[in-house]
Amino acid sequence: MPNLMAPPAAQEVGRSYGPTAAVPLMQVHQLVKRFGTLVANDHIDLSVAAGEIHALLGENGAGKSTLVKMIYGLLQPDAGQIFWQGQPVALPNPRAARKLGIGIVFQHFSLFDNLSVAENVALALEERVPLASVAEQVAALSRTYGLPLEPKREVWRLSVGERQRVEIVRCLMQDPRLLVLDEPTSVLTPQEVEGLFETLARLRGEGRSVLYISHKLEEIRNLCETATVLRHGCVVARTDPRTESAAGLARMMVGGEVAQVRHQPTCDKDAPVRLAVHGLALASEDPHGTSLVDLSFELRQGEILGIAGVAGNGQDELFAALSGEWLASKAEQVVFDGLPIGRNDINARRRRGAAFVPEERLGHAAAPRLRLSDNALVAGHATNGLVRGGFLQRKHMLGWVDAVTLAFDVRKAGRDPEARALSGGNLQKFVVGREVLRRPKLLVVAQPTWGVDAGATSLIRQALVDLAKEGASVLVISQDLDELFEIADRIAVIFHGRLSEAQPVRGLTREAVGLLMGGSSTPPTPRCAT
Amino acid sequence: MRRLVLERRSHTPLALTLASPLLAVALTMLSATLIFAVMGHDPLNALYIYFVLPLSDAWGLQEVAVKATPLVLIAIGLAMCYRSNNWNIGAEGQYVAGALAGAAVAIATHGQPNGPWVLPAMLLAGVVGGALYGLIPAVLKTRYRANEILTSLMLVYIAVLLLDWLVRGPWMDPQGFNMPQTVVFEPEATLPLLLEGGRLNLGSLIMLAVVALTTVLVLGTLKGFEITLVGEAPRAARFAGFSEKRLTWLVFAVAGGLAGLAGTLEAAGTVRQLQPEFAVGYGFTAIIVAFLGRLNPVGCLIAGVFLAVTFIGGENAQIMLQLPLDATRVLQGLLLFFVLACDTLLLYRPRLLHNTHA
Amino acid sequence: MSLLEAIILTVITSSTPLLIAAIGVLVVERSGVLNLGVEGMMIMGAAVGVAAAILSGNSAVGVLAAVCAGMALAAVFGALTLGLATNQVATGLALAIFGLGLSGVVGAPFVGMQREGIGPIVLPWLADIPFIGQILFRQDFFVYASFVLVTGVAWFLMRTKAGLVLRACGENAVAAHALGYPVLRIRFLAVLFGGGCAGLAGAYLSLVHTPFWTSGMTAGRGWIALAIVVFASWLPWRAAVGAYLFGGVTILQLHAQSAGVPLPPQLLAAMPYLITIVVLVLIMRLRLKAAVGPASLGVSFVPER
Repeated sequence: MPNLMAPPAAQEVGRSYGPTAAVPLMQVHQLVKRFGTLVANDHIDLSVAAGEIHALLGENGAGKSTLVKMIYGLLQPDAGQIFWQGQPVALPNPRAARKLGIGIVFQHFSLFDNLSVAENVALALEERVPLASVAEQVAALSRTYGLPLEPKREVWRLSVGERQRVEIVRCLMQDPRLLVLDEPTSVLTPQEVEGLFETLARLRGEGRSVLYISHKLEEIRNLCETATVLRHGCVVARTDPRTESAAGLARMMVGGEVAQVRHQPTCDKDAPVRLAVHGLALASEDPHGTSLVDLSFELRQGEILGIAGVAGNGQDELFAALSGEWLASKAEQVVFDGLPIGRNDINARRRRGAAFVPEERLGHAAAPRLRLSDNALVAGHATNGLVRGGFLQRKHMLGWVDAVTLAFDVRKAGRDPEARALSGGNLQKFVVGREVLRRPKLLVVAQPTWGVDAGATSLIRQALVDLAKEGASVLVISQDLDELFEIADRIAVIFHGRLSEAQPVRGLTREAVGLLMGGSSTPPTPRCAT
Repeated sequence: MRRLVLERRSHTPLALTLASPLLAVALTMLSATLIFAVMGHDPLNALYIYFVLPLSDAWGLQEVAVKATPLVLIAIGLAMCYRSNNWNIGAEGQYVAGALAGAAVAIATHGQPNGPWVLPAMLLAGVVGGALYGLIPAVLKTRYRANEILTSLMLVYIAVLLLDWLVRGPWMDPQGFNMPQTVVFEPEATLPLLLEGGRLNLGSLIMLAVVALTTVLVLGTLKGFEITLVGEAPRAARFAGFSEKRLTWLVFAVAGGLAGLAGTLEAAGTVRQLQPEFAVGYGFTAIIVAFLGRLNPVGCLIAGVFLAVTFIGGENAQIMLQLPLDATRVLQGLLLFFVLACDTLLLYRPRLLHNTHA
Repeated sequence: MSLLEAIILTVITSSTPLLIAAIGVLVVERSGVLNLGVEGMMIMGAAVGVAAAILSGNSAVGVLAAVCAGMALAAVFGALTLGLATNQVATGLALAIFGLGLSGVVGAPFVGMQREGIGPIVLPWLADIPFIGQILFRQDFFVYASFVLVTGVAWFLMRTKAGLVLRACGENAVAAHALGYPVLRIRFLAVLFGGGCAGLAGAYLSLVHTPFWTSGMTAGRGWIALAIVVFASWLPWRAAVGAYLFGGVTILQLHAQSAGVPLPPQLLAAMPYLITIVVLVLIMRLRLKAAVGPASLGVSFVPER
């Protein structure tokens, strides 16, 4: 892989902060990390100056998280060196990194749900500070940096955006010189994103640096002055994102053109209603979950309805109610092609032509340690002719796997490997493909391209669009507004278990959707030219 | 300095799946050698008495078969439970409950002119009794989320106390010289021998039939797949439309039924009456058999034979070497430790790493 | 001494081993590990305690040996479940079976050998207080230790940073590891503590409660200790209440038998086990949220390296 970054100059010992300093704050030189045969980081060079917001770009699976874990001392590099303010350093554990002044907010938060905010912050501290003092400091910091928090609240009660604030405050308590943020905005509303950017700007003003990992190109172009692009574990470019177009950055990330999804949003009010949900009310079985309250919507034939919303607002419960994993209290609350199915189990719904793709591909959509043929059975034993007289038809199961592999370009080692052996993108293609190949009349899918590489993403989205064009109805629950604006015909927002009125995509702004995601109750005016 | 680190495997080769239990057995035998040496016996001689002597003549083989029958039957049921993440520790209690139910039929028909229907009725009663007893922790788990490990285990103590009371009280043989035991079962209530003058009885044939039947069911049917899936990925099982509640009832009932059958076979075949010491721990040894047998019926058969050999070997060693019987339990516990440790190899690749970084 | 005082004293005697073992279990489970082998560690403590006490002629040596025996078995468990990530439920069962067997081998030469039990420590002037003095301040070392353990563990878990870290390991091992805490080391230390407590409880049984050794003398107390922790919703003071509840039932049924209560002795003997089942069911009905326990309990953790 061509390495476009020049090797670092000889190290000078200097101690000045500010963007014009000669010595970079942190530097990484020829860093290598292998996991078995997979080379996650292949001779990476990276340099972050003081007072800089530096973007680390790359699609899912490029090696960004691995690199950052090494910077934080959670993983040990197999080769290469890390420099801090010009001096080579060893980072055997996160404590060492924190001592240097490196703080990190991971994509998957390291929070303890059953403990309070103050306890969570105290756990990240080196010294034994009395809890009351920690609580005071948390309150002070949250005021200063515009990150409102209540120290005594248990974390499981907080929204995702609030949880991220706990993570950030936790870092700020240690007075970091470098703050690393791993995909921070994938879980925020557009308004929360602006708030985060303000906080980051303030940090930059104090002379601190930010290493900002993302695959969201528009944000990078707004926020960062330098970007390092990773692809397949190598550095492929180092540039100023403000001078590049989003398409140019995308090309660097992916290494070629990515097929655009061909889709024209429709707004056909005369198509027959396929799925009608009336006044769905469901108490969550999860003690920390969100109950659904009086949820209603209609989904027509040939239409893609997007349900936007920040995680934790009832998406899991909605999916479970639609799939039949949880039964509604009354059969009429969910009506499919005129038939009340609210009390039908999932296989009864599948037999009527419905198909489902849950959010969690390992553990829910597929059993990780079972083979793909067994996983084909998971979703298809009631409908795909894989079982006769109670006995498994292994030939048919394998045949089904072959069919899905062919139609959806699933890359795997061997004909029938275990599900966990597939990469995220390939497993997602399999899981979506095994449903789409049945040509269902209704497809309910949650987070269809979460953590999936660009190639698989565009394939999956095109498959959903094509399915709708054949006349099927597709419901997409997603946190990714870009995705919904790309493929949905109408968008509704779920918040605290309630659903807003679905609006046609044409004429809808991201800002309006963002407001609804954050809980504002003023719906934008509907504009749909029939 | 070096550190042991576990690296997740992306897939498990079949050869390793077969080698792991064999490795565990080998390690156990190695430990046995050390233990015998420490206790002052010639290790090779002790090993011979323990593991080879029981298999060396026809009588020994029959003893092994008779001993293996309850172990294998119980283990098959337990394997189904463990596969589906239902930790049934109460097989010993279900074994006793089944024996009590079967004995009730034998005692009720004692001394009367009977037909050949008595024995099948006993066996059926044993299965039903054990199944019902096994359903208690299952229902407590599904309705009240009560931990099945503790409830099933408490029920063992209760069952044994119930047996004690019955045998010393209402069921005591009036002509038994006040000894705590029931009447000796009539011939109709006894398992027929397969070989004249031998020990092998119908029970072993029944056990083989059960092995064959359950193998087909567990490996080839949707229900068998359901059992595996519920244990592997409960959310995926729900996604597949399987009811975790009904499956819990099913596996506990099957395990209880098989344990109850084993208990009745013991009562009707080997012992031919009930005494307070009837429960000798097959229900607990069967746990080890289930794990050693990789939680599938054929594996349980092989493992059950192996553990039966250790039981007989232990009895021989007690007579010939004055080795305490508890030593057998120690070896069996060690065996389970090794089985579990070797199991780690199936999921992870162990690596010794230098504790440095470049 | 009145009858009531005498009965209360027997309740204390019956409950103390349960309390000591349960506190150990509580700390282990709070760190996220499920060790079902308590019965095996406890009975090994009993056997080794008696053996060491008889061989050395010194009860204190016996107690120390018992604690070490419990910790040794716990170390084996820890090496397997934490070092090799074996299934915790199965390994705990293996430990119970192994411990029961080994205790029989160790204790065989000492069966039934009577020796002088460990005497009470009389606290000088507190012991003269009527009624309470008799009950609380004339107890043996183990009873005092049980109260010190409960108080100490309660303070440790709720009021110290180390206790917070331990609880964090039990709530979310992955997050604790991401913060840089040595999760496996912390859990291992907790497991050792649990083993020591189980061994101590076993020593009480064979050195004080009935000062000789019989095979199987723990009679399921280890399993009951596990149930007590569930009953207590993993809180130390509630564990004390639970231990006294179970201990009380156990001893009262013995009193009922000797008092000639017209119930079969086996039914009375089954009381502790029946009560355990009833309590396990009721506790899940009454406290839906708290009764689930530390979120990472029983889940194997293998750090990414």
